[in-house]
Amino acid sequence: MQVIAFYILAGVAVLASLGVIGQRNPMHSVMLLIVAFGAFAGLYILLDAPFSAVTQIIIYAGAIMVLFLFVVMLLNAHTEDDMVPATIGPRTLKMGVLLSILLSGEMAWALTQIGQSAFSTDPGAISSISSVGHIGSVLYSTHAFAFEVTSILILVSMVGAVVIAGRPRRER
Amino acid sequence: MILLNHYLVLSGILFAIGTAGVFLRRNLITILLSIEIMLNAVNITFVAAGRYHGSVDGQIITFFVMTVAAAEAAVGLAFVIALFRHRESLSPDAFTSLKW
Repeated sequence: MQVIAFYILAGVAVLASLGVIGQRNPMHSVMLLIVAFGAFAGLYILLDAPFSAVTQIIIYAGAIMVLFLFVVMLLNAHTEDDMVPATIGPRTLKMGVLLSILLSGEMAWALTQIGQSAFSTDPGAISSISSVGHIGSVLYSTHAFAFEVTSILILVSMVGAVVIAGRPRRER
Repeated sequence: MILLNHYLVLSGILFAIGTAGVFLRRNLITILLSIEIMLNAVNITFVAAGRYHGSVDGQIITFFVMTVAAAEAAVGLAFVIALFRHRESLSPDAFTSLKW
């Protein structure tokens, strides 16, 4: 059962991700990426991580993708990019394909270096890592400093986004 | 029986897809989407490794990665809007003024 669910979700994730980079229309790319994020959330549930699955749906599919959709609709640039075929030069294409193959080869080599590692099936350990309360207590004690720094990061990026995307000064 | 290796292979495939998207696509929005795919591939590795070691640290770092991804998306899309306003284009080849 778990094996079938894993292969279905993994297949959906890979196909949707391939669709994201294969689409000409950014709108379709964003929609396919939401499908891929749903599959990722399913994989997190298979990994006994319901907290990550829910944040994946709420933050990624709910917030970040809506931001992307807003920008795609705001710029309304897909028609223009369709008319001028945005091709890349043969040299760039060759370099890109070469680098991607090199990266895949490196990762395939690294993956052959690890042995077969089965997940533990101890129910105590599973309930401990899937408990949101436990995650919260570790987050606010061990990782409290990183958590606070994250709030500064969010503030800075918020102000930065407003300053960068704001109206140019001469038009005021 | 699903092993840790299955998740690592899946994550590697997705990361390679994201990298190929960054290298091969000529649209700033699609490039940002490819970066999101790469971040998510890494997240799967973290959660699977956390499950394997029986610790919640994998899920916590996933949470931080999502936060950073949200910040990155906000700033990146702000740049896309600002660049589009200047050049009326989304192709990275249109923004080569700083290239020597």
